[in-house]
Amino acid sequence: MELILVNLIDGLVYGLLLFMLSAGLTLIFSMMGVLNFAHASFYMLGAYFAYQISTYMGFWMGLLIAPVVVGIAGAGVERYGLRRVHQYGHVPELIFTFGLALLIEEFVQFIWGNSQLPYNEPAILDFALFSIGSNDIAAYKVFMIFVSIGIFLALLYVLTRTRVGMVIQAALSYPRTVENLGHNVPLVFMGVFGVGTGLAGLAGVIAGPQLGTFPGMAILLGSIVFVTIVIGGLGSLWGALVASLLIGWMTTFAASSSFQFADILLALGMEKPAEMSESALRDLWTLTLPQIGPILPYMLMVLVLVVRPYGLFGKRDA
Amino acid sequence: MSDTTQKTAVRPTGVTMSMALPWLIAGAFLLVMPYVFTSNSAITIMNQMAITIIFALSYNMLLGQAGMLSFGHAVYMGVGGFMCVHIMNYVEDYSIPLPLPLLPLFGGLFGLGLATIVGSFSTRRAGTVFAMISLGVGELIAACSIIIVAFFGGEEGVSGDRTMGLPFFGNEFLQQIDVYYLISFWVMLSALLMFLFSRTPVGRMANAVRDNPERAEFLGYSARWVRYYSFCAAGFFAGIAGGLFAISYEILTAENLGLLLSGEILLITFLGGVGFFFGPIIGAIVFTLLQTVLSLQTELWQLYVGALFVATVMFFPGGLAGVLMMHVPAIRLGNAKLLVVPYIKTLIPATIGILAISGFIEILFYSRHAPVGETEMTVFWTDIDTASIVPWIVTVGLALVCFWITKRNAPELVETWHRANAIDGGKA
Repeated sequence: MELILVNLIDGLVYGLLLFMLSAGLTLIFSMMGVLNFAHASFYMLGAYFAYQISTYMGFWMGLLIAPVVVGIAGAGVERYGLRRVHQYGHVPELIFTFGLALLIEEFVQFIWGNSQLPYNEPAILDFALFSIGSNDIAAYKVFMIFVSIGIFLALLYVLTRTRVGMVIQAALSYPRTVENLGHNVPLVFMGVFGVGTGLAGLAGVIAGPQLGTFPGMAILLGSIVFVTIVIGGLGSLWGALVASLLIGWMTTFAASSSFQFADILLALGMEKPAEMSESALRDLWTLTLPQIGPILPYMLMVLVLVVRPYGLFGKRDA
Repeated sequence: MSDTTQKTAVRPTGVTMSMALPWLIAGAFLLVMPYVFTSNSAITIMNQMAITIIFALSYNMLLGQAGMLSFGHAVYMGVGGFMCVHIMNYVEDYSIPLPLPLLPLFGGLFGLGLATIVGSFSTRRAGTVFAMISLGVGELIAACSIIIVAFFGGEEGVSGDRTMGLPFFGNEFLQQIDVYYLISFWVMLSALLMFLFSRTPVGRMANAVRDNPERAEFLGYSARWVRYYSFCAAGFFAGIAGGLFAISYEILTAENLGLLLSGEILLITFLGGVGFFFGPIIGAIVFTLLQTVLSLQTELWQLYVGALFVATVMFFPGGLAGVLMMHVPAIRLGNAKLLVVPYIKTLIPATIGILAISGFIEILFYSRHAPVGETEMTVFWTDIDTASIVPWIVTVGLALVCFWITKRNAPELVETWHRANAIDGGKA
C-alpha cells in the first residue's frame, strides 16, 4: 500500500513533466501540422541555461529567465528556420527539426562538455516534506507537481478564456479566415512556437536537478514525448494530459514491480528447463516487468495507432 | 532524357548505350578503385561506403520514391545482419556447404520477412502515422536487442567467422580485398535491381501515391498496397546491406538496430538528395568520407555534419544531387562557361570564410575544454597560442572579410545564373 502511494506520486511527477513537454508539442502540431523533433532539445536547453544562470544568480532567477530565453530561441527558430522550410512541405519541416535536434545536442556538448552538470535543487527545497511509511517524499517533487499543475491551469485559462486564446483556437482550424479578419497569423504561429518551446524549457529547468543535466537528456525523453502526444491524439490538450499521466504511472509501476514472466509460463503449464543456457526461451524465463518497463509506451503507441490511428482523444487523422 | 539521335539499340528490349553507360562506368570504377587506394584502411572505408550506398538507396525507396518518412529503417538492416551472423555460425558449427557470397541473400529475405509483418499494419497510412509507427517499432526492436539475449547477444552483440563457409572458387575471404569484390558485386546488383524496381509499374505507382494518393485511388490503385510493396522491397534491400555488414565486420551489436543509425541514414539520404535515384549514392559517399576523414581531424565533426544537414534542408531541399542537376539546363544550352568566373568569385571567399569560422570554433572549443594552463594548439597546420588575442582576431576578421566579398559578388552570380538559363544566352 505504501509502495503504491509512493509510486503514484513518482508517476505523477513524471507524468506531469511529460505533460509540460507534450502540451507545447501538441499545440505546435495542431497549429502548424509539423511534429517538432527538436522539442526535447529545447527542454535540454532549458536545463543547461538554467544551470548557467544559477551559477551566477541562483536557482530562482534561472527558473524565471531560462524559459524565456528558450522561448525566444524557439521563436527565432520558427521565424528564420521553419518558416523558410515551410514552403517545401511537411516532410522537409520534420527533417529540419530532426537536424535541429542533432545540432542542439552538438551545441550543448560544445559549450558544456559531455559530462553531467552539478545542477541541483535549491537548498530551500532540499528536505523531505513528509514520509509515507519509510519512504521520504522530497519537497522538490511536490514543488514540481505544483509548478506543472499551475502551468496546466494557466494554459487552459489562456486558451479558453482570453482573446488571444480565441484567436489561437480559430487559427488552428481556419488560418485563412483568421488572416482575413486582420490578425497576423504568422505572428500567432511564432508566438505559439515560442510559448511551446518556452514550456519545454521550463520543464527542463525543473527536471534538470531531478533527472540529471547531461547531453543525452533530450534523446532520453524525446521519443517518449512523441509517443505521448500520439497516444493522446495529435492536437488534443486533454489527450496529452491523460496520455502523460498514463505513461508516467505505467512506467513507474512497471519499474518497481517484481512481476516475472516465468510465473506466466508456469501457469501455462510449461516446465522450467533444467539447463537454462540450452533453452531457446531462456530470455522469456528470466524476463521481468522492470526490464520491459521502458518499452511499454512504445507497445501502447503501436497498438493505439493500429486500432485507432487518431489516438485516444484526437478528432482527426495525424 | 537522352538524345534520341544517339540511340544505338543493342537489343530489341530497348536498352540503349546511353542507359547502360553509367552502370558500366560505375562497374569499371568499382573494379579499379582497389588499385588506386591499396591500403587496408582505404578498402575498409570503401566497404563501409558500399554498404551505406545500398542502405541509403533502400531508404530512398521509402522516402524519395514512395513518400514514407521512416525513423526505424535500421531495424531491417540490423535484423538481416543478425540473421546472417547466426547463419555464419551455423555454417561453422554444422559444416553446411553454403558459399559466403550467397549469405546476403538470406539477410535480404529476413529483412523482407520482417518488413512484410511490420508493413502489414504500418503502411495503411503515409505521413505522420507511418513515421510514428516506424519510430515505435524501431524503438521496440532496438530495446528488444538488450532483452532477448539469445538472438541479439545482449550488450556485446553476436560475432561470427566468415572464412568457415564453403570456399568460393577456392577463395575463403580471408582478406579485405576479397570482401571488397564480394560487396562490389552486391552493390552493383542491388543498385541495378532497385533502379529497375523504380521503373516497374509498381515503382511508378509509388511515385503517384507519394504525390497524390487520392488521385491514385481514383485511378483504381490501392495506395496502401503500393506502399506495402515498396516497403517490403526496401526491407529486402536493407537486409542485404545488413548481410554485407555482417560479412565485412563479422559482428553485430545493438547499435546496428538503434535510432541513431536510423537517423543517420535519413541524414545521408537527404543530404544526397531524395529527388534523384543517384542522390543517396552521393550522400553515402560524402557522408562516409566526412565520417572517416573529418573525424580524424577534429572532435567536432558531428557539429559540422549537423550544420551541413540543417543548411541543406533550409537552402537546398533537393540535396547535393539537386544542386548538381540544377546545372543541367545551363550545360545543355551551352552556357556553363558563363558561370565559371562568378562561381570562382563567390565560392572561393565563401569557402575561406567557412574555414575561418570553423577555425574560430576549434579555438573556442579548445580554450573551453583543454586542461587548465595548456594554450598551445594546432589549427590548419598552424601552431597557435589561444591565450593571445591574435588568432581570435585573425579568424573572425578573415571570416567577416570573406563573407563581405561573397555578399558583394552574389548578385553577379544570380544575374549570370539567369542569363545562363535563358534560351538566347542573355544576349537580348
